[in-house]
Amino acid sequence: MTSSSPRPPSSQGPIVRWIDERLPIFTFMEHELNDYPTPKNLNYWWNFGSLAGIVLVIMIATGIFLAMNYTAHVDMAFGSVERIMRDVNYGWLIRYVHMNGASMFFLVVYIHMFRGLYYGSYKGPRELLWWLGLIVLILMMATAFMGYVLPWGQMSFWGATVITNLFSAIPLVGDPIVTWLWGGFAVDNPTLQRFFSLHYLLPFVIVGVVVLHLVALHTHGSNNPLGIDRKSEKDSIPFHPYYTIKDMFGLGVFLIFFMGFVFFAPNFFGEPDNYIPANPLQTPAEIVPEWYLLPFYAILRSVPDIAIPGTSIVFMEAKLAGVIAMFGALLVPAALPWLDFSKVRSAQFRPIYKQLFWIFLADCILLGWVGAQKPEGMTLFLGRAATAYYFAHLLILMPLVAKFEKTRPLPESISDPVLKNEGGE
Amino acid sequence: MIKLKHITLSLILSAALIGGAFASGAPKPTAQKWSFDGIFGKFDRAALQRGFQVYKEVCSSCHSMDYLSYRNLSALGYSEKEIKAIAATTEVIDGPNDEGEMYTRKGRPYDRFKAPFPNANAARAANNGAFPPDLSVITKARLHGPDYLYALMTSYKETPPKGVKLAEGMFYNSAFGGGQIAMVPPLGEEAVEYTDGTKATTKQMAKDVTVFMSWAAEPEMEERKRLGIKVLLFLLVLTGLLYALKRKIWADLH
Repeated sequence: MTSSSPRPPSSQGPIVRWIDERLPIFTFMEHELNDYPTPKNLNYWWNFGSLAGIVLVIMIATGIFLAMNYTAHVDMAFGSVERIMRDVNYGWLIRYVHMNGASMFFLVVYIHMFRGLYYGSYKGPRELLWWLGLIVLILMMATAFMGYVLPWGQMSFWGATVITNLFSAIPLVGDPIVTWLWGGFAVDNPTLQRFFSLHYLLPFVIVGVVVLHLVALHTHGSNNPLGIDRKSEKDSIPFHPYYTIKDMFGLGVFLIFFMGFVFFAPNFFGEPDNYIPANPLQTPAEIVPEWYLLPFYAILRSVPDIAIPGTSIVFMEAKLAGVIAMFGALLVPAALPWLDFSKVRSAQFRPIYKQLFWIFLADCILLGWVGAQKPEGMTLFLGRAATAYYFAHLLILMPLVAKFEKTRPLPESISDPVLKNEGGE
Repeated sequence: MIKLKHITLSLILSAALIGGAFASGAPKPTAQKWSFDGIFGKFDRAALQRGFQVYKEVCSSCHSMDYLSYRNLSALGYSEKEIKAIAATTEVIDGPNDEGEMYTRKGRPYDRFKAPFPNANAARAANNGAFPPDLSVITKARLHGPDYLYALMTSYKETPPKGVKLAEGMFYNSAFGGGQIAMVPPLGEEAVEYTDGTKATTKQMAKDVTVFMSWAAEPEMEERKRLGIKVLLFLLVLTGLLYALKRKIWADLH
């Protein structure tokens, strides 16, 4: 919604014009998809936003067809999934796309977020854009978690038990809340049915938040690798055809990667245990969530009892502290635009922050690795250290580096020829 | 900072590798060569039929395969007539009829594989308290499924190693997590007499039944890989064209 005034698509025929005068959808599309001025220097890391949108559509499309053949009942869910795999025409394909699509969605979104971190895309005037993205991530996690429960395998059941039990850590009302979530006194049929209902609902909520994310994006336009505002017409190019073709090329590369898993390693991201039907009487040797939740799972399990040193007086039980830390890990990034008050957005001109960025990324990956291990000995220590660093990075290092870092001089403008070779492309 | 970037990227790689190899207590089985490995992998039809014979004559006395129907056997190369004959060897409870009575009839191709026990309690009662798991998706339900299954079939030891004390009614199997398994060694030499004349050694039967179980768990595998190659070739060409187009469109900007 930048300067140029909306122009009706004059090249169109009378029917389009008739509609457009009454409901300006064509003007809107022309303005937001065609002309939409975009920085000319976006690199390939900017492809991941549109990829995430496309994966969302793929997930909803495949999910609708799966829901037509799935039965949300503890005695039939596992069998109905096997029926999809064996008897529904191309059911195996639809399910494997949906299953691997979940991993792809998180992969793409995590890359999208770390791109935002590197280039300072969360900074003003894009704070709400960042918030909406975080809300999408939290909704995605809830959706993915409930989706993982639906096949009613061992990991489905025990994952659901562990995660819903987290709420019992809430003082006083914890246990009633868990009973309320379950719809009974254990994870059982009512739990499965409500998870199915919510798993179908939440993706459409995600679509809604994504629309707001796009409105916020189009208000100020994309950030760019230099992190400086566009100054003249010369700095922008129309979205179409430049970025439509670039996004389509990126989509092609991504689909090769995605379909490689779907057709040749469809269970790569899954746990073998989830092909064992749920058994409430037999706990699996290890209960692990899907890879994309592992860093948060590591934080949850790393936090010890909070006690007064040297005494046995416990302020807060490890379970509650862990739950707070885990949700904190998701919520603290919302304060990032203010914790990092450096005026310079892009890490290209922030020598110290650039190093901290890579350390933070390594820390998140370390947390992911720890999340897949038993929390004991060295692993537990690593998990605690990595958890502490996660929060220290956001809450302590970001304000410090914003205050003391000597940033490099920013270029005059995006099209400033002096810095042409330092741009993102 | 280049260094940091490289350290981070190698961390990603190692996390992916280590994270994938999550141990379930069982030792990692030796990797075998399977005809269905790789992107062009196919099931050997003769091995499938022999494997089915092993399942029918040995495994099926304790293990169900609830998600398979006799009609699915056409994928093994059996004719419609042969499938009808195989199904007809079983007795199925059907009904109720017009008088409201349940009755038994001969199995038909659309029937599911007949389970050896009417319910889990009956299965436990007949097996010293242990539950023989359903085998429909067994190779997907175990880490390194086919290799594990083969190792399990071939790793029984008459006498356990020193220091291992077997519980009552248990057998020693070095491929099984913990070493003690309730399953009686199923595939003694010549446990079946192959109709195609192949010598039924323990290893041969273990191999054949693993091929059969792998097919049962992933009956779509051949079609999936065949389609996958087409899809990837299409995407490679399409992506190449899109890249050329991208370069052309962007040419006036650079």
